[in-house]
Amino acid sequence: MNAPGGSLLVAEDLKKAYGPTMALDGAAFSIHPGEVVAVMGPSGSGKSTLLHCLAGIVTPDSGSIRYDGQELATMNDARRSLLRRTEFGFVFQFGQLVPELTCVENVALPLRLNGTSRKQAERTALGWMERLEVDDLAKKRPGEVSGGQGQRVAVARSLVTSPRLIFADEPTGALDSLNGERVMELLTEAARSANAAVVLVTHEARVAAYSDREIVVRDGKSRDMERVV
Amino acid sequence: MNVRQWSRDLGLGVRFAFTGGREGWIRAVLTAVGVGLGVAVLLLTTAIPNALAVRHEREEARLDYSFSAEVPRKADDTLLIVETDTTFRDKDVRGRLVEPEGPDAPRPPGVDVYPAQGEMVVSPALKRLLASGGSALLRERLPYRIVGTIGESGLIGSQELAYYAGGSGLAAYLDGDGATRLTAFGNPKPTHEATDPVLVLLILVMIVVLLMPVAVFIAAAVRFGGERRDRRLAALRLIGSDGRMTRRVAAGEAMAGALLGLVAGTGFFLIGRQVAGSVEVLGMSAWPSYLNPSPLLAALVALAVPAAAVLVTLFALRGVVIEPLGVVRTARPARRRLWWRLLLPVGGLAMLYPMIGQGRTNGDFNQYLVTGGVLLLLVGVTALLPWLVETVVARLGSGGVAWQLAVRRLQLSSGTAARMVNGIAVAVAGAIALQMLFAGVDGDYTESTGQDLRRAQLQVTVPEGAPLDATAEKFADTKGVTKVTALWEGYLGDASWESENGPTRTSELTVGDCAALREVAKLPSCKDGDMFVLDGSDYDGDTPVLNKPGTKLYLEEPGGSRDESVWTIPAGVREVPSAKDPRNLKRGGFALTTGALPKSLAASVRGEVYLSVDQSVPDADDHVRNTAFHVDPMASLMTWSATKQDRKYASIRSGLLIGSACVLLLIGASLLVSQLEQLRDRRKLLSSLVAFGTRRRTLGLSVLWQTAIPIALGLLLAMAVGLTLGAILLRMTDTAIRVDWPSVLAMTGFGAAVVVLVTLLSLPPLIRLMRPDGLRTE
Amino acid sequence: MSIGHTLLGLLESGPRHGYDLKRAFDEKFGHDRPLHYGQVYSTMSRLLKNGLVEVDGIEAGGGPERKRYAITDAGVTDVERWLATPEKPEPYLQSTLYTKVVLALLTARDAADILDTQRAEHLRSMRILTDRKRKGDLADQLICDHALFHLEADLRWLELAAARLDKLKATVTA
Repeated sequence: MNAPGGSLLVAEDLKKAYGPTMALDGAAFSIHPGEVVAVMGPSGSGKSTLLHCLAGIVTPDSGSIRYDGQELATMNDARRSLLRRTEFGFVFQFGQLVPELTCVENVALPLRLNGTSRKQAERTALGWMERLEVDDLAKKRPGEVSGGQGQRVAVARSLVTSPRLIFADEPTGALDSLNGERVMELLTEAARSANAAVVLVTHEARVAAYSDREIVVRDGKSRDMERVV
Repeated sequence: MNVRQWSRDLGLGVRFAFTGGREGWIRAVLTAVGVGLGVAVLLLTTAIPNALAVRHEREEARLDYSFSAEVPRKADDTLLIVETDTTFRDKDVRGRLVEPEGPDAPRPPGVDVYPAQGEMVVSPALKRLLASGGSALLRERLPYRIVGTIGESGLIGSQELAYYAGGSGLAAYLDGDGATRLTAFGNPKPTHEATDPVLVLLILVMIVVLLMPVAVFIAAAVRFGGERRDRRLAALRLIGSDGRMTRRVAAGEAMAGALLGLVAGTGFFLIGRQVAGSVEVLGMSAWPSYLNPSPLLAALVALAVPAAAVLVTLFALRGVVIEPLGVVRTARPARRRLWWRLLLPVGGLAMLYPMIGQGRTNGDFNQYLVTGGVLLLLVGVTALLPWLVETVVARLGSGGVAWQLAVRRLQLSSGTAARMVNGIAVAVAGAIALQMLFAGVDGDYTESTGQDLRRAQLQVTVPEGAPLDATAEKFADTKGVTKVTALWEGYLGDASWESENGPTRTSELTVGDCAALREVAKLPSCKDGDMFVLDGSDYDGDTPVLNKPGTKLYLEEPGGSRDESVWTIPAGVREVPSAKDPRNLKRGGFALTTGALPKSLAASVRGEVYLSVDQSVPDADDHVRNTAFHVDPMASLMTWSATKQDRKYASIRSGLLIGSACVLLLIGASLLVSQLEQLRDRRKLLSSLVAFGTRRRTLGLSVLWQTAIPIALGLLLAMAVGLTLGAILLRMTDTAIRVDWPSVLAMTGFGAAVVVLVTLLSLPPLIRLMRPDGLRTE
Repeated sequence: MSIGHTLLGLLESGPRHGYDLKRAFDEKFGHDRPLHYGQVYSTMSRLLKNGLVEVDGIEAGGGPERKRYAITDAGVTDVERWLATPEKPEPYLQSTLYTKVVLALLTARDAADILDTQRAEHLRSMRILTDRKRKGDLADQLICDHALFHLEADLRWLELAAARLDKLKATVTA
């Protein structure tokens, strides 16, 4: 696969095995700044593993991942954690909000991890919550809000550090169509206006339709559909 | 409500407890082990009174004192017995020389046939010891052939070292020289040990203190797997069972765990009982058969534990609404109220108050009031702690992310946190109180012996008749001995000791070489043949009167059989000031150098040999004991120590230390289990936190804070209650209140150490759970 | 559905009589609508005219049914192009797609490629609709959503077909 110039993140020939199963078997990926790329494929195809590798959550067995010129695959855990804290944002399907913290505290958490003062962090967090239309939930705990609202809080959290790259793993997986669409609309809009790129793992075509481009993962191998069309 | 319905629901719960795959089994096993450990401790406690009683009975049954003032005449049914107890390394050996005087001589319990001269019967433990290597030094003192073993009925512990050896000519040692003529063993009027009221108080409080945390622990153990159980109950509601039914099912599950725990506990207890037969604690050991729990108490345990499990579960579900789609904890539980929580400790204080100042002499403490009061005070800790944790945690301010995570978690579920540390708080509070009580009454139970370890560490008493210089020489040549002070002693009287009224004035006689005499008096000069009279004794009034040259003094013959020796005070006796002797006394009477002692008197003085020993020489003490045995088999030897503790008191104190250590470890185990369970339930959350870059350190710290905050509060409360209770107990025994800070700190430190240990042990699983695998959807 | 492309594809595996072609077509694709002989002969003559097939031989007895047809190189290229071109997303697409997939399997081409190409085309349409929906009013949104759901249904069918390719291959080549 050609690595287009000016890519934010380029991965080549990724291999990753969990025990005897090859989760990734030569997958490739690239994304430009500000681009929304959907990663599709049947369940068990390795799309979540691809996302975990790209985000530096797990290291691939072989292959290279370059983010902004830095090689992720050989980076130590502390550096990767730092990168995740400062450059990346994350949205997962569910179970990602700390149940004990209020929503605004949850959104402020990544900033706090970077050492921002509590006041400052919560002010910024509230700003993002407003953009995602959940600012009225600031003082509530995750257990007291609906699934769609919780997901929007999670999106606000993924954006709060102004990351250049957001990883979203089935962000609408637990939501109905209406709520899912709303979350996708808000996520892509907010990401576009902040010029953040989004890696969107999903198996739903209507969610993938919010992307600029998609790649399909099948049996640990990726296909870039841009090239095919 | 009908019985069939009840039993069906309970049965369903029981089934649930054992099904549910690997997860279900793990939970069942954890609960069983948890409850089982508690049950084992309970059973052990119920067995202790029995064990003590049996031990006491056996000890009484083998007593070999003559309980009548008169020595019985030699007959077919009499026995001569001499005590020859010795010590090997740090173990006491009970020894007796026996000589039956006829075919019907009484036999001690556990001995079927008397050993002949030169033979002995031994306890199994002594047999093993003698058979093992390294016991040559002891063998030297027991030069008898082993012909049999002493049965269990003749021993007070499985590890007791004891022997009966056949002797001859023991009659010569009657009349105060160690031999006793017996017609029967045992106390003809068996006593029940009249226990000191303060000791009773101590034991009562101790049992309460040890059992309370066990109860708390069992309560915690039946709640293992609570969150998962809630989900299961919700599923039951979904398929149509009503609220009451689900509660009964939950109770059934808890009961199943408790029943399994009972079985496990019985197993643990039986194993522990066997183990108890082969260990020795503080020089005490027991036979497994001693540890039979009293049937009534055992039945009580068997009923109370499952019942308690059911009650605890129902109580725990009180604030929980089980809905078909999940469990709803009443969103904002009512603020914990203080007043009824305060009632418990206040009630406890009220029960203890009337006991204050009773003291030891008239301290007939009402057992119910004492136990009840202590119990209420300690239960008060468990009631106050949740309130305290909630109140304090709600006010905790901002801090780092780790702190924030921990505080928020505690604010949301302070009850869980408090429950986890309740056990530790109770154990520490009780232990602090007891330690204070022990330290307070320390002075009463620890006597100063007045022995000065710098001057000697061993004292050997040599019966009269041993050659003076040669004996001292033998000890000096013994391995490890650095200094020998051999003083020969006797009593002088102004009239024959055999005369009708005996002497009216008496004086001491001390004989030794110049170096030895300098240990008892300040001698300006000394050469062999000198004679002194000691001045400045604390109690000697007769000597100045007797001290006139030419006065005839009669030397006491302890055996009373030989002709009396007479010493006429010669001229040239110098008066010298007495000095503190090795026993810390200023003695009076006459002091003669060995050369000045008439030959006729030499056989009638008893030797007191004070020895300094180089403790770095291995088995130095045993070499001395062997020398003493060679000098005279009946020589007795004492190892000096600066203080002497009452044995009973020492064992209670050690029992408490061991007990609270076990209890704390037990609680530590349950803390660990619930910690791990909680972590497992949050696996997904932890993984996603790591995904967006949370440092492992931050999460580790938050786990630490999460336990450390409630523990710190628990320990503070425990200290407050413990010190209060300790002060009251001291007032009850009329002892000055003194806080034994080192032991307070030690106990709190021990509690804190358990927490740190638990946190450390839960870190590896935490780190494993934080791996991104948790993000994968299963 | 293009009968011409289909028959061409069937010829790729070797020359056949017109009668054979009809039988093979009916067997694989014509479950509910068997071909008429007339259809076969008219199509073949069109293909013959366009140089996509040639007559391989005529058996004794004459008559159109006795002609044996073979595919030309131009014919193979034509099939190739047809297979590689995604269909315009529209209703009742599946029979064409099915034919394409089966033909690809019969001619040992990569059938997954056909499905992937098609799914990319579908997604492209969905993207356009989604974009229009975001910018449009409620009426636009409702209309777009209707189309989107249909496209999504097709896409799901594509996914399912892709997952069952191995099974299908075993059936059609049996």
